[in-house]
Order: sequence, then C-alpha cells, then structure tokens
Amino acid sequence: MNPADLAAAVGRAVIGQLAGLGHAAIFFADLVRHMFSSLRRPYLTVAQIHAIGNRSLVIIAASGAAVGLVLALQGYLTLSRYGQAESLGLLVALALVRELGPVITALLYAGRAGTSLTAEIGLMKAGEQLVAMEMMAVDPRVRVLAPRFLAGVFAMPLLGAVFSAVGILAAYIVGVWMIGVDEGQFWSQMQNGVDVVKDVGNGIIKTLVFGIASTFIALYVGYESKATPEGVALATTRTVVISSLSVLFLDFILTALMFSSP
Amino acid sequence: MGKKQTEILVGGFVVLGMLAILFLALKSANLASFSFNSTYRVLARFDEIGGLKVQAPVKSAGVTVGRIADISFDNKTFQAVVSLDIDRHYAFPTDSSAKVLTAGLLGDKYVGIEAGGDDKNIQAGESIKMTQSAIVLENLIGQFLYNKAGDAGKDGAAKK
Repeated sequence: MNPADLAAAVGRAVIGQLAGLGHAAIFFADLVRHMFSSLRRPYLTVAQIHAIGNRSLVIIAASGAAVGLVLALQGYLTLSRYGQAESLGLLVALALVRELGPVITALLYAGRAGTSLTAEIGLMKAGEQLVAMEMMAVDPRVRVLAPRFLAGVFAMPLLGAVFSAVGILAAYIVGVWMIGVDEGQFWSQMQNGVDVVKDVGNGIIKTLVFGIASTFIALYVGYESKATPEGVALATTRTVVISSLSVLFLDFILTALMFSSP
Repeated sequence: MGKKQTEILVGGFVVLGMLAILFLALKSANLASFSFNSTYRVLARFDEIGGLKVQAPVKSAGVTVGRIADISFDNKTFQAVVSLDIDRHYAFPTDSSAKVLTAGLLGDKYVGIEAGGDDKNIQAGESIKMTQSAIVLENLIGQFLYNKAGDAGKDGAAKK
C-alpha cells in the first residue's frame, strides 16, 4: 500500500474517532439538559432508582461483606508481623472508604445496572419504540434517557456507602469476634485516622463521578447500538469493558488529585 | 408492581444509603469529636517545632484539650509562633509550660501543656511563656556521637 493511501486511512480513522467523541459529548450535554425537565415527572426517576438501585443492593452488600472479610484476614496477617494488629480497623476503613468502596461498587454497578440499561435502550431502539415516541411528539430523551441517567447518578453514592459500611462491619465481625483484635482499639484507631471530609467525602465524590461516567456510557452505547439481537449483545459487552476501563482510569486521576499531598 | 410499593421500596433504599453514609461519618470517622466546642486562642513560641502540623492535638496529662490552629514564623525573633485553640471548659494558669512531644516513639508531634501554679488563668490572645522545643533526632544523634568522641578523647588523654 503506498504511503498516500496509508496516510489517508489514518486520517479517516482519526476523523471518525473525533466525530464519535463529539457525538458522545453532544449526547451527554443532552442528558444533562433534559435531566431537569424529567423531574416534572418524578415517578419516572423513582421507578428507575428502583430498577437500578434496589435491584443492585443485594450484590453490592454481599460483595461489600466479602471484601471486608478478606481485608480483615489479610490485613491482620501482614499487620501482626510488625506488631500493629490493633490498626486493623484503620487499615480496613481507609482501604474501603478511599479506594475499594468506590471502585468495586462502580465495577459491579457497570456489570449489573450498566448492562441492563444498555440492553433495555438497545432493545427499545431495535423495537423502534424510541422512534414511535418521537412520532407522538414525546421526547424520548426526557421520558426514557434522562430519568435513567438521574437515577444512576443518584443511586451510585448510596450504593458505594452501603458497600463501605457493610465491609467495615464484616471486618469488625471477623477481626474482633473471630480473630480477637481489641474492640476498643479497632474503633478508636479508625476514628482517629479517618477524616470525614478528606476520606469519606472524597470517596463519595468518587462514586458520584463513577456513577456519571458508567451511566452515561451505558446509555450511550445502548443508544448507538445496532438494531439487531447481535448488535444489542455486542453493546452490553462493550458497556462493561468501556465502563470498567473508564472507572479505573478516572480513579487514577481522582486519586492523584485528592490524595497526592499528605 | 404497584406504584405505591415501588415508591416505598425506593424510599427504603435511600434511607439505607443515608444510614450507611451516616455510619461512615460518625462511627468510622471523626465527625462526632472535638470540633464543635467553642475555644479560645493562645500563642506559644518555640525554637524548633519538628514535624508539628496544623490540626495536631493539644494535650494536657494525656487528654486532648485543644487543637493547633495555625503555625507561622516570626522573622524578627526567628521562632515558630504556634496558635493553640483550647476548649473553653479548660483553663490553665499563666505560668503553664508547653512542650512539643511525640506520640509513641516515632509518631506524629503534638503539643503538651503542663499546668503551672499561678492563681491567674491564661486568657485568650496571651502567650505561654515557658516552652520547650521538639527533639530532633539528628541533633540527638549528633550530640551522642560528640559525647562519645569526647569520652574517648578524655580516656585516651587519661591513659597517657
């Protein structure tokens, strides 16, 4: 292939990617813009919070408990080498509240709620429901997309908090009742070391950002999916992959911004 | 599912989330602690504060009675000027002394106040006159080596 063709191909690919990014940005701006008009029918958003939030509660709580248990066990093994087993509460709380809570909740959310959102929107598009709504002068962005976006952004911080809280409680059960770490030290070291604004607050900001990113990606990928069964199937896997990568990448940026200086 | 039931479930979910956030803030962080009592500000000057940081505790007899509000440098006397916010419940005599101590062996620095014997109590805006600076590990090691070298020199001179 001669260099001119190669250059042309690269140029086309770059332009295509830029156009895709621009399309996604316009979609995001639309979502935010119509978020407020969709509040005129609050039941739409409430129904979506039920579908996204309540239905994810079981997996988030169960995973939180499992992660808390494992953190307590592994943390105790390493801390007791240096005679610092009483700091177990501090270790578990900081690890959960700062990092594991927001990130694991976002990954599970992308897998559970993100895929269901993508599949739903994709199937609505395949069944031409969105076009039918437009025909009836009902804006599908206000009726269908914005409530789901709002519900996702609202539910994520709550889910993240539940994950961290359940994890800390599970670590308490394992650490204090089963392993025998001192209960008073467990809580007092934690309370001395965890700052409300800097640790819990930053964790909640992280879940908010991850919620915005994953819900937006799920809705966009569903909206842009091909209107066939395979298209919808491909879209659901793309949602999980792109959401997970975005969450991890955003986590790095947010951590660098929030926790870089002591 | 009925509309009412959905709304109740979502309300329950939101309450659960709020409870989790509240638990994290109160039980595992330090929201319910010292910060809401009213305080009065007292100054103390030190030659060396080591790694003392703002928000470090001010303790007397090991109990936290206040927090460090501000640390600045006085360019005329070349001393560190530390502002202490002490809880209004606690009053200290005017001849109390302030020391920069270390929590544990190599932990964070904090300020310890030892009460004096005066009748009058220190008021807001006044300074604590007697202060003791932080112990800097490098100075300590240098002192130790110097003393060791001095002893070796004296022994050598005595033997000759």
